[in-house]
Amino acid sequence: MANVLAVDDSASMRQMVSFTLKGAGYDVTEAVDGQDALDKARTGKVDVILTDVNMPNMDGIELIRQLRGLPQYKFTPMLLLTTESGADKKAEGKAAGATGWLVKPFNPDQLLATLSKVLG
Amino acid sequence: MSIDIAQFHQVFFEESFEGLEIMESSLLDLEIGQPDSEAINTIFRAAHSIKGGSGTFGFSAIGEFTHVLETLLDEMRNGTRDVTREAVDVLLLAVDSLREMLSAARDGADFDANAVAEVHAKLERQLALGGDQAPAATAPAAPTESAAQPAGAGDWIIAFAPHPNLFATGNDPVRILRELRALGRSEIEADLSQLPDYAEFDPETSYARWTVTLDGSVEERAIREVFEWVEDDADISLTRGADAAAATATQSGADDTAAPVVAAAPDADERRTGEDRRTGDERRSTDRRAGGNTAAASSIRVDIGKVDSLINLVGELVITQSMLGQLDDPQTVDFEKLREGLAQLERNTRELQESVMRIRMLPISFSFNRFPRLVRDLSTKLGKEVELKIVGEQTELDKTVLEKIADPLVHLVRNALDHGIEKPDIRAEAGKPLCGTLTLAARHEGGNIVIEISDDGAGLDAEKLLAKARERGLVGADEVLPEERIHELIFHPGFSTAKELSDVSGRGVGMDVVKRNIKELGGVIELHSTFGAGSTIRIRLPLTLAILDGQLVRVGDQTYIVPLVSIVESLQIDPERVKSVVGAAELYRLRGEYIPIVRLYEVFNIEPQSSALEDGLIVVVEGEGQRAGILIDELLGQQQVVIKSLETNYRKVDGISGATILGDGTVAMIMDAGGLIALNRIQPQSPIPSPKVKAA
Repeated sequence: MANVLAVDDSASMRQMVSFTLKGAGYDVTEAVDGQDALDKARTGKVDVILTDVNMPNMDGIELIRQLRGLPQYKFTPMLLLTTESGADKKAEGKAAGATGWLVKPFNPDQLLATLSKVLG
Repeated sequence: MSIDIAQFHQVFFEESFEGLEIMESSLLDLEIGQPDSEAINTIFRAAHSIKGGSGTFGFSAIGEFTHVLETLLDEMRNGTRDVTREAVDVLLLAVDSLREMLSAARDGADFDANAVAEVHAKLERQLALGGDQAPAATAPAAPTESAAQPAGAGDWIIAFAPHPNLFATGNDPVRILRELRALGRSEIEADLSQLPDYAEFDPETSYARWTVTLDGSVEERAIREVFEWVEDDADISLTRGADAAAATATQSGADDTAAPVVAAAPDADERRTGEDRRTGDERRSTDRRAGGNTAAASSIRVDIGKVDSLINLVGELVITQSMLGQLDDPQTVDFEKLREGLAQLERNTRELQESVMRIRMLPISFSFNRFPRLVRDLSTKLGKEVELKIVGEQTELDKTVLEKIADPLVHLVRNALDHGIEKPDIRAEAGKPLCGTLTLAARHEGGNIVIEISDDGAGLDAEKLLAKARERGLVGADEVLPEERIHELIFHPGFSTAKELSDVSGRGVGMDVVKRNIKELGGVIELHSTFGAGSTIRIRLPLTLAILDGQLVRVGDQTYIVPLVSIVESLQIDPERVKSVVGAAELYRLRGEYIPIVRLYEVFNIEPQSSALEDGLIVVVEGEGQRAGILIDELLGQQQVVIKSLETNYRKVDGISGATILGDGTVAMIMDAGGLIALNRIQPQSPIPSPKVKAA
């Protein structure tokens, strides 16, 4: 099954996402900030990246920008988890190479629906 | 599939409270003129996390409140709003409100909605003034419906032409087409005219275009949503087949009717859980229901290093046990090995005990952390300038002791600010720096934690105190007391010299309650003060409530334990210093004061080894601010004893605070110094039947 990299500095969000995805059969790697995510993405290939925007040590947008620079992640789906007021973040994210976004708050079912869409 | 989100609530609450602490301390440290951008970002992120989590986990009231807070902070961090003192004050109030709301949600209780609404209004007011942008809307915009469909709608004709670099965003045109097909009856036609020759073909570039004919009954909104992510990376046009003239065609990127996924998804996705549909009235009760279950669990976060060390020690214990197990043949017992093994066992047990105790221990910073805020608010309110110094905040103590010491510490600090530190003008007159200093210090000493609260304020006026005490009949008109005794009078119930009882601290119910609380924790409190220079309050607490450092004493054939923390000294009686008062107590003169002698064997009705004073020893103990000399036959060793409650196993006995089981299996009573002294005063002549326990 597909391997998901879930990035968020909030432990409760990570837990929720991780639990939801694992329950649906995905393999999940968690990261606490952009730098942690970048390190983990480099060591093992993941199939899709879900990342929060606001985090210490490299935010989600910069993470996506950096990942797009790596050959193995040129075409990998990368989704930003944004709040509804972050219209400018969406644009910034797109400019950095994000595939799309998921708006917070979202529930587990929405998460799974979006993920299966993106992974075909 | 539906997942119970409630299981993540506990973590959400924990991290939210932590986030609030970070917000508060960062706000307090913020330099109004030149705010540190990293600090503002940290504060923003904390608020942002709470907002995100509260939305996700169903606490919408908290989410809404945090939204305004977040907007303010966002403007501050991108420089469109100044950081003013007023703003910081409002933000601090917001932190308080959030704490209340989170606690209420966690405990399934109510919070003061009016107070919160007031703070919310203040936040909005801040938002309205200053800042370069118009006040942000506090509610997300409702998704707008697309223009009314032309009458007699025909099928949709959708032209989808991805830009060459579409793949670079991780999007896949085929997925988009698949989603469109899922909306309804459709036909797809591909246009491959843009495909170059094989030699020039770049697999990472998108060349194909499509025209999709889709069932006209599908809502335009649903179609827009499919294209939401690729609006800027593709040419998209939407027209009605039957009526090309009145087209609702739009270019990519210009139209923003696409609603956020949250609101739009529902119709297409039938698996909604219904959590988002909530009216204003239901909200608060839902927040409560959502949080109610986590109230009961009391938990600690433990450093994983502590757990690992515990596991190691248990491992060593197992090794020692098996080593001792090998020495069980009575014929060939090797005493040397046995002794070694037992010594090792003692070491293992002691290390294990220390290690386990440490698990329950937390740094006192958890309690000290609330003081910067408290000192700031209170000193402002009192019109005084105070600098707070904190020393040794990493000193660890038992979690329960930590929780119980919190309120007494608050009272003592408020007292120091209210009565201790003087107003700047008075300080100037006395030649002191205008800014007073309040120091909170903690350290380990022996098996105890020592907490000190010291100030460089006015100190205690012994004369005034003595006068007040005489007025209240606590001290005789002619009685002379050493200064220390006078200072200790403030611990007496109902004692306060403040002419107007300030609502800050002194209603006269404070200090005696503080002393009682500390005593209940098995600790002691001392006061040292120099009139005009300042005061220091020193609290000594055991590191754990379950174990006590005790002095074993023997009276007759009974062993008793006197808590080390109560013992002042032990000495042999000099008969010349004994003074008998007719019909009442015997007193012993000790360095300028007289202390009563307690004949323990009389109080507990035991056969003493000798009833002659010269044969025994007295252990001078202190309890309830009084001292007494307990007459015993012999001093035995000192050791740590595990406190067993007498109340739960028998009943409360005056003069005894608990019991313990000694190494030889006998039960020894633990004396309560204050209680004994009181007992002795009431009935010095008629002994009280004691629970006499025979040696096993």
